[in-house]
Amino acid sequence: MRRLLLGRTLWSSAKASIFVQRTTLQRSMCHVEHKKIMEEGKPWALISEVGKNGYLQELADILKKHFQIVSLKDFQQNSQVYSHKIQVLFLWNAYPQVTLPLLSSLPLLKVVSNGGVGIDHLDVPYISSLGVKVTNTPNVVNEATADMAMALLLASARRVVEAHQIAIHPKTTDTPQWMMGDEVTGATLGIIGMGRIGYKIAQRSRGFDMKVLYHNRKRRSVEDENAVGASYCQTMDDLLKESDFVVLAVDLTPETTRLISHKELNLMKPTATLVNISRGLVVDQDALVKALQSGIIRGAATDVTYPEPLPRDHPLLNFPNMLITPHIGTNTYSTSRRMVQMMVDNALAVIRGEPLLNEVKPK
Amino acid sequence: MEEEKPWVLISEVGGEAGLNEELADIVKQHFRIVPYKELLENPQHLGPKIQVAFQWKFLPEFNPGLFKMLPSLKLAVSGGVGIDHLDVPFINSLGVKVANTPGAVSDATADFAMGLLLTSARKILEGHQIAIDPKTVRIQQSLMGSEVTGSTLGIIGMGDIGYRIAQRSCGFQMRILYHNRRKRSAEDEEAVKASYCEGLDDLLRRSDFVMLAVKLTSDTIGLIGQRELSLMKPTATLINISRGQVVDQDALVKALQSGTIHAAALDVTHPEPLPRDHPLLRMPNVLITPHIGVNTYNTTCKMVEKMVENALAATRGLPIPNEVRSK
Repeated sequence: MRRLLLGRTLWSSAKASIFVQRTTLQRSMCHVEHKKIMEEGKPWALISEVGKNGYLQELADILKKHFQIVSLKDFQQNSQVYSHKIQVLFLWNAYPQVTLPLLSSLPLLKVVSNGGVGIDHLDVPYISSLGVKVTNTPNVVNEATADMAMALLLASARRVVEAHQIAIHPKTTDTPQWMMGDEVTGATLGIIGMGRIGYKIAQRSRGFDMKVLYHNRKRRSVEDENAVGASYCQTMDDLLKESDFVVLAVDLTPETTRLISHKELNLMKPTATLVNISRGLVVDQDALVKALQSGIIRGAATDVTYPEPLPRDHPLLNFPNMLITPHIGTNTYSTSRRMVQMMVDNALAVIRGEPLLNEVKPK
Repeated sequence: MEEEKPWVLISEVGGEAGLNEELADIVKQHFRIVPYKELLENPQHLGPKIQVAFQWKFLPEFNPGLFKMLPSLKLAVSGGVGIDHLDVPFINSLGVKVANTPGAVSDATADFAMGLLLTSARKILEGHQIAIDPKTVRIQQSLMGSEVTGSTLGIIGMGDIGYRIAQRSCGFQMRILYHNRRKRSAEDEEAVKASYCEGLDDLLRRSDFVMLAVKLTSDTIGLIGQRELSLMKPTATLINISRGQVVDQDALVKALQSGTIHAAALDVTHPEPLPRDHPLLRMPNVLITPHIGVNTYNTTCKMVEKMVENALAATRGLPIPNEVRSK
């Protein structure tokens, strides 16, 4: 987990570098300020960047309707100009990284508006202690993420990616009969984390006549369970032993870090598949490597790893039965647009002193 | 005891195209197996003893030459549900019945259809390639897919398989349209919230995902051609789990190249496999799998069990449960 970098030395060096930059930027400061006067009225927000590693143009346009946006690069080069203007920090894919130096350079910051529902990368108690609100975007992400879980499950079970590679391979002259997959219809699905997203996964699995087991901190109501035909497993062990597909849909917290390790993988059926749409750290990746090497489980599919992306020599990249996608669980145009709109709405509510719908409070 | 078991012809045990050991064992419980190679080595001796012929993944070919070697043949069984490749009237004229294995394949095929739809829509293939690429050092934000939840699925061919696809897409709150020779009952439609489109054009215009689940017949050859593709949304995806010939492949290539439609996902092509220089093999937004819609251990076992069931009926002079009659 990323934590704030505390320590006097860091603060000192940040202060020092700002002082150095100040004198060299006097002239460009005036120029920039003059340009920005035209856009006065809209509050200022700091973002990572616009472009393929940041916000797509159409998403940035949603931000620009209500905010004057400054990219991190621009801010770092001209922080004296922007320091006392920025009230909002927008986070997209956990960028920019929220560090102590960054927070220190934003004295008027009112809100850290996160894109996405996971906030494991934020020290919420610390940020709140500065009088800064934290918001996220729950619910708008639910369907796209649940769809992604089903996509990973089916693609892995029926070996779609491998099959495509064979179908287009220059040496393929026959249809291979040995390419067998796992039956999804009627199989047992074990959902670990039956929150909003986990529940939507259960809803989607019904059409496949899957038997649904779930494990959660709190048991769901009888109506909720009946609506999706789900059975509660008091212990995770029971769920692991009986499931053909184990799907992880939990928050990342100290309790769920390395939730799935050697013991858990060993309890799973040798024919089972692990699907992860939570966070990479929920799974002990070394244990997963060993499990795949020795056939303890049949295969795995994950949209999340730790870190992202994995180092290029990581063993997980080499297994034919390991499907990895680069954290695209919410990557559809319509879901991304809704997330960014919600980020904007959350931030505006803070600035206008209106009630917050999606505040993340320290526990 | 072995001698008393009736004889059945199969392609081979194991190998690229044959019945694997497990499946062959199911057959061996009731039949003495004669692999095609063995028949060719000694047709005069072995041929007249064979009462049933099993075809698995289109092998051995049910052609006149084969039937000449099998004068006592009662039944020719094709594993799978498609029989477009069989000349049923001709085979019947030889006094041989034909059977297939409907039902057994439906769930696995419907699952696979959903797998193709989701893999294509959510860019799983490209995502995986990026995730494992030696050059990937940062997570990009530009890989965007199409929203599946709440989108419109148009099913062309609402038979057993088409209907199961509709059942599966309900959970994703997809809006379901369908086109079929015959309208389904009101109860059937209500159960999956499907709306009938009298005109195929209407379905094509409104769908985000167009799913082909028809039989290949003289009516459905080239069903999706240049005209039909041009009616589809430029953001739409075509998914084919029927037969390659239902789609005009040249028109499909042009439609993808010009952005007339967004993407295609095909478990079937014509021929199979495609020639290695075929444009479809190199196009982005095209997902192709080598006809593996039924390829699960469970389903292939069920198929072989059905084949055996039909074969036993034939040898006992009983009605054939899954007989295919010529129209």
